[in-house]
Amino acid sequence: MKKAYFGQYGGRYVPETLIPALEELEEAYEKYSKDPDFIDEYEGWLKDYCGRPTPLYFAERFTEYLKGPKIYLKREDLNHTGAHKINNVLGQVLLAKRMNKKRIIAETGAGQHGVATATAAARFGLECIVYMGAEDIRRQALNVYKMRLLGAKVVPVYSGSQTLKEAINEAIRDWVTNVENTHYVIGSVVGPHPYPKIVRDFQRIIGDEAKIQILEKEGRLPDYIVACVGGGSNAMGIFYPFIEDKDVELIGVEAAGKGLETGQHAASLTAGKVGVLHGSKSYVLQDEDGQIQLAYSISAGLDYPGVGPEHSYLHDEKRTQYVSITDEEALKGFELLTKLEGIIPAFESSHAIAYAMKIAPSLDKDKIMLINLSGRGDKDVDSYRKLNRKVIE
Amino acid sequence: MSKISEVFKSNKALITYVTAGDPSLEATKEIILELNKDGVDIIEVGIPFSDPLADGPIIQKASQKALKNGVTLKKIFETLDEIKEDVTCPLVLMGYYNSILNYGINNFIIDSVNTGISGVIIPDLPFDEEEEFYAKIKENGIDPILLVAPNTSEERLKEISKVCSGFLYCVSIMGVTGDSQAPIEHLKEYSQRVRKYIDIPLAIGFGIDSPEKVKNIIDYFDGIIVGSALIKIIDKNSDDKVKMLKEIKSFIKSLKVW
Repeated sequence: MKKAYFGQYGGRYVPETLIPALEELEEAYEKYSKDPDFIDEYEGWLKDYCGRPTPLYFAERFTEYLKGPKIYLKREDLNHTGAHKINNVLGQVLLAKRMNKKRIIAETGAGQHGVATATAAARFGLECIVYMGAEDIRRQALNVYKMRLLGAKVVPVYSGSQTLKEAINEAIRDWVTNVENTHYVIGSVVGPHPYPKIVRDFQRIIGDEAKIQILEKEGRLPDYIVACVGGGSNAMGIFYPFIEDKDVELIGVEAAGKGLETGQHAASLTAGKVGVLHGSKSYVLQDEDGQIQLAYSISAGLDYPGVGPEHSYLHDEKRTQYVSITDEEALKGFELLTKLEGIIPAFESSHAIAYAMKIAPSLDKDKIMLINLSGRGDKDVDSYRKLNRKVIE
Repeated sequence: MSKISEVFKSNKALITYVTAGDPSLEATKEIILELNKDGVDIIEVGIPFSDPLADGPIIQKASQKALKNGVTLKKIFETLDEIKEDVTCPLVLMGYYNSILNYGINNFIIDSVNTGISGVIIPDLPFDEEEEFYAKIKENGIDPILLVAPNTSEERLKEISKVCSGFLYCVSIMGVTGDSQAPIEHLKEYSQRVRKYIDIPLAIGFGIDSPEKVKNIIDYFDGIIVGSALIKIIDKNSDDKVKMLKEIKSFIKSLKVW
């Protein structure tokens, strides 16, 4: 397999101007990811700043309700800034510092990656610009406020879908222009090589911890691991350390939005085809002429028409199963977990919760299921409130 | 010798870019014929794409307009086929890789050959991705025109020289198309550095928008590429075709300062 690829997926489909930056990043990453000082520093920040390790929590009432396998939640929602995004951001910002980049840019959909990047930039005194679709700015007002409070400049993007896809386009254009002093903190396992690998490696801490924790609690590996997939960084993070454990079933849950049949969804692996978007080859939502289609999901963090190339590879290899969950099902997941466990999940994570609700009742009680609770739902509470749903009793 | 190489044999080349389907495919046909008549040496025909990473706001907008008009790669080939007998200068297709991948590489090559396309430019396909693609189009008599930037390393220039033919597209700036404010002082040194490794004609593009700018840089290059500045004229006159073609004519005339 070529080093920039996962099977036929990945690569560096970018303007020539960016190649030196990708080579510099690859070189820096190769060097520092093996450097004990860098690793110590990164792990120190994860522990004392981020709050790791995050707990693996046995969701007893949720388990009892579903009458299926024992369900554990990997509590990425308990990270500083409220989601798994900070794991990757801290790693990349430490790398950027070592590469002497003074300016950090990022894109964000739900705002979690933007908030995490603004947080790290504040902590390390770096200039930070975050590109965000105008539609997402409207949906995620609180996170926009937080980013500004943290000193980041949030740049609204009005072109196209005014969501994550356009925000990434704009961030790449900024990067092409300012590549010499700027590091682009990509927020998921997407983009040109070496980003998918770097982001995966910084997120694998989720799976590494989960493996140790489940062995401590249950003395064996889980039977199922369920995680939501937009770009796919939280899923890649929890899946990766289990890929060689063939008895562990890995399940990625995409956003079916208003239903796959409506065309208003974000299920790239379930309903897309192979294409090139944002610098890598992967499954992409596109029309008959190869124009990238607009994705849709109630969850801004899943609302993306592509997916990380390694997921495409795992999909083709059939190592991982990819399914999809509608907005309505995700909302039911959001409500049920909140009611039974006192944990308000992010809309993104609610997709994984909802899929567990769908399959758990038909699974053996002696099985174990891990769900990656990738983020907390505070950011989504206002959107939920506006839906005027009847709160379940 | 390819049709593109022939162009550079006798003189420096004026190369212009138009987005196919902006404001309509019918208009594109007329614009290409006008450019050909006005003495443009090579015409780049842009395949509109939803996510044009290397383009600035002007070409982005033109692409979005074309897509709204229902332009597809198939329709572009059909349009070019209709005028192929009347266009004497080489036509080059410029587009993003997903359009070609989706169309099917073989279909793309067959239709390009049948339409008389002389070269292909894909800003998001560096020489070391899909190497077989560039080899294949070359086998079919189409020049793979690659881009280099001011920060391209010597190692990559050496490799690019093995793949590229027709002319080399030198991006003038670190940035996207249409940025005419960027400095140009470095261009002499840039061209000299590139020539050390590449012995095919060099054309300079991105942000070239006026005769004054052309005068300042033309000594160092074998051709200039003008895109966004032309799109602006098309956009401004999209409701008045006669005026549009007239303005295009006088703009093109003003650019040939050599």
